[in-house]
Amino acid sequence: MSGGTFVGMPSFPEAAHDAVNNQTLRANLRHATHTIRGKRAKAVAEMSDWAELREAGKRIKDHTLRHLDRYLVQLEESVTAAGGVVHWAVDADEANRIVIDLVRMTGESEVVKVKSMATQEIGLNEALEAEGIAAYETDLAELIVQLGKDRPSHILVPAIHRNRGEIRDIFAREMSEWGRPAPDGLTDTPAELAEAARLHLREKFLRAKVGVSGANFMVAETGTLVVVESEGNGRMCLTLPETLISVVGIEKIVPTWRDLEVFLQTLPRSSTAERMNPYTSTWTGTTGGDGPQTFHLVLIDNGRTDTLADEVGRQALRCIRCSACLNVCPVYERAGGHAYGSVYPGPIGAILSPQLRGTASEIDASLPYASSLCGACYEVCPVAIDIPEVLVHLRERIVEGGPATREGNKVVLKPAKGHAAERAAMRAARWAFGHPGALRTGQRLASRTRRFHPRTLPGPGRAWSDTRDLPAVPAEPFRDWWQRTHGGKDTTK
Amino acid sequence: MNSRDLILGRVRRALADVPRDDTPYDQAVDRDYLREHGNRSVEETVELLAENLADYRAVVHRCTGDELPALLAGILAARGSASVVVPPGLAPEWLSASDTARIEDRTASTVYDLDKVGSVVTGCALAIAETGTIVLDGGPAQGRRRITLVPDHHICVVRVPDQVVSSVPQALERLDPARPLTWISGPSATSDIELDRVEGVHGPRTLEVVLVSGEVQA
Repeated sequence: MSGGTFVGMPSFPEAAHDAVNNQTLRANLRHATHTIRGKRAKAVAEMSDWAELREAGKRIKDHTLRHLDRYLVQLEESVTAAGGVVHWAVDADEANRIVIDLVRMTGESEVVKVKSMATQEIGLNEALEAEGIAAYETDLAELIVQLGKDRPSHILVPAIHRNRGEIRDIFAREMSEWGRPAPDGLTDTPAELAEAARLHLREKFLRAKVGVSGANFMVAETGTLVVVESEGNGRMCLTLPETLISVVGIEKIVPTWRDLEVFLQTLPRSSTAERMNPYTSTWTGTTGGDGPQTFHLVLIDNGRTDTLADEVGRQALRCIRCSACLNVCPVYERAGGHAYGSVYPGPIGAILSPQLRGTASEIDASLPYASSLCGACYEVCPVAIDIPEVLVHLRERIVEGGPATREGNKVVLKPAKGHAAERAAMRAARWAFGHPGALRTGQRLASRTRRFHPRTLPGPGRAWSDTRDLPAVPAEPFRDWWQRTHGGKDTTK
Repeated sequence: MNSRDLILGRVRRALADVPRDDTPYDQAVDRDYLREHGNRSVEETVELLAENLADYRAVVHRCTGDELPALLAGILAARGSASVVVPPGLAPEWLSASDTARIEDRTASTVYDLDKVGSVVTGCALAIAETGTIVLDGGPAQGRRRITLVPDHHICVVRVPDQVVSSVPQALERLDPARPLTWISGPSATSDIELDRVEGVHGPRTLEVVLVSGEVQA
């Protein structure tokens, strides 16, 4: 019953190749991203102080990251004081182990889950399944992905690559395997599909004893966790079970309760383009007589401290997972989420995955190139992550190698293979620009031989010039023209 | 070394570039964004709340304190629910005109009991005009979180104007983070099918908000 995994993914260009040839997928993505783009722009335009909110969000997150040790300790204290139990997990395996043990302690063999990127990232469902514990996804899109034995392709709407007809077919075919079957004669109208999900999941909510969630924010000062959602499945999982286990990345902290006033304004408008999402739940430890009486918080590192060690790259940890950058990205719109080989697709995934996982694998080393550097992602980011800046920084690290931090240790990365021609060209350029005489001779030579220049590049440059014309070399180098004409003053020839 | 110390150690090493006298929290963030958007009179703020609630498909009613019992009785009758659950602290007068069977929520009642109930009536902690949001904080007239979740029909009574704030910043100022909070903006919805909003998933599919002015029994 597990979905596919991301292990052994091909590089981005390879994976994207299939996606761009899939007409249905491209139509689905185009329709969905264009729908949300216009709505987001409208929701943001309602706020005359958007720029100030964006700047404040950036500063709050930056400050928190710069003092993350202090805020983590404070959060631990306040969650504990409110009746919660805090666990720490260095990596995915440890986090999964902790959750498995906590579920075992309850004596239960199934859990209901609120959509959570962190638990996707660590592969919790698969780990639970391997131990005989059934994990039911309850978010509509996650349900579609789980029933379809599929992989998520978008942060907010993991089933964005499916259209209504495909969703209908998945429900009609798979729901009976998992519990209450889809109603007879189910059509593909969104309201009917939502109704089918409501009926299917209700019995699971009502009998659930253990809920598993992530969190959008954790407030260090008060120990409060926040989950922002739309469907009410979050509320079900957060309030009906006896035990609640929240798995949250260490970067999700904000210092104070007041800080939420920024993010609760910017997040809904950036993600679903709403003034406010239908439901937001906040809880602080446990509350006698209301909701789960046992609350565990599992804080996960899983590459975050390595990311934090990179002074340019650490800004990726400001991300509040709104997915606005996916929705505006021309590359995401065409390649789709699966090509990114990670639960974090799109522009943010292209800078987050290679930092969380390192750049050793083919897919991670190719991700910083999955961009045209157009900058639309930076423009819409509600916490002003300069994604193009980090992309270029990561490209440099891949090509040139250099210092990085992996699993807490400082390492020196070797230059990646396959960039030899690029490096040789850059070295030659550096030498030529440092030797004006040689540059001049070279330029004159190029001008005189211009009739014999090929239209495409030979060797490793061929693929590049397949779809591009080489720039034409002028009859006379600029410097010679300048000298001869005194900057164009003497003659117009 | 345990994982806690390992992670904290990694964080500290990662932040070696951060000076000891780094800008403190209270100076690190410019809060020059607005406390509320636009200048509105009290009446206009209530009007905006009504508009935004309706924009997200909540059914909005207005009445005075004296009219409240009759209005609630009318809403329940129109809905045709066999029973209505109420939090223990709800003023009995509110439902004094209704003949729908009234069930007071008890700690002992199960989710299966609750699943058989058609409607729920509660008060709220406050409402936010700019976003069309009502906030519940588990106070006496609101009860446990589950009672406003499992039934398919939620009627929420907001005292206007004293329970209405303009904006999210103003709401957070007035709320107590120690209490479990539920922020509700319209009936449950999803954008998961083709990124288009559809109302009605797991939470109540019908949300009716009663804006009541003048003296109200608490």
